[in-house]
Amino acid sequence: MTIGLGHYLSVAAVLFTFGIFGIFLNRKNVIIILMSIELILLAVNINLVAFSSYLGDIVGQIYALLVLTVAAAEAAIGLAILVVYYRNSGSIAVEDINLMKG
Amino acid sequence: MIVVALFFYLFAGICVASAFMVIASKNPVHSVLYLILAFVNAAGLFVMLGAEFLAMILIVVYVGAVAVLFLFVVMMLDVDFAELKQGALQYLPIGMLIGGIFLAELLLVVGAWVIGPGVPQAITAPISAKVPNIEAIGLVLYTRYAFFFEAAGMILLVAMVGAIVLTLQHRVRVRRQDISEQVARTPATAMEVVKVRTGQGLGSNT
Repeated sequence: MTIGLGHYLSVAAVLFTFGIFGIFLNRKNVIIILMSIELILLAVNINLVAFSSYLGDIVGQIYALLVLTVAAAEAAIGLAILVVYYRNSGSIAVEDINLMKG
Repeated sequence: MIVVALFFYLFAGICVASAFMVIASKNPVHSVLYLILAFVNAAGLFVMLGAEFLAMILIVVYVGAVAVLFLFVVMMLDVDFAELKQGALQYLPIGMLIGGIFLAELLLVVGAWVIGPGVPQAITAPISAKVPNIEAIGLVLYTRYAFFFEAAGMILLVAMVGAIVLTLQHRVRVRRQDISEQVARTPATAMEVVKVRTGQGLGSNT
């Protein structure tokens, strides 16, 4: 009944899969896609912290901290772009975002 | 020991279930709330792994900032989300296929990995049982990884400036205070001395 490294890696794998799955399932809604990316980054963080804890190396937690920083910045920029796009076009449907297609 | 396993399965189960609800729920507000629940339970897993500082950072940054940002945006945009949800089921088979492939690969890796023989010698900053977690992170982060710490700060600064620049809008009909113009006013530009003739008023002078 001991909880090993494999248990945490399995949880992270399932979270990662849900993130991938969410991107495919909600292809029209950018907000859910951004949330799916947050789930993927959370899975990465769980992996980093689990390895850090079981190998006894603190550096994994430092990397998790940096991943957290980048994830927060990405969410802020992504949502800002989303707000600007909604202000210009009045919709957030993904298939309408082809202005740069030429 | 049984308590540890119990709490692990509690946190992991709620985390996975709420992650599923994030992508499956119809209302995006519910999605954001389930995302908060997933992050809180992931913070519980971090506490169980001994990473207390990261658990608290996860709650402060995600639940306090990112999730509230998502909530603001979801409520600010007046979008018909039911219409966006239309036709989502047609992507279900390809999503299931690719997600299943990813999950199978990851679980195969989880089932078969071994830690390489060189890894225990390569550990750069071993976790000591005597030093608290936050102190251990600080001792490494501010010395060996100081450059990465500053780079993370630069990333956050650029993200903040970028978000402000993107969403700033100048409204035309709003009257704003122009301080430099006010300060630059002189008596010559601001007032005029008028000699009013008796009985004729201002009309003939100006």
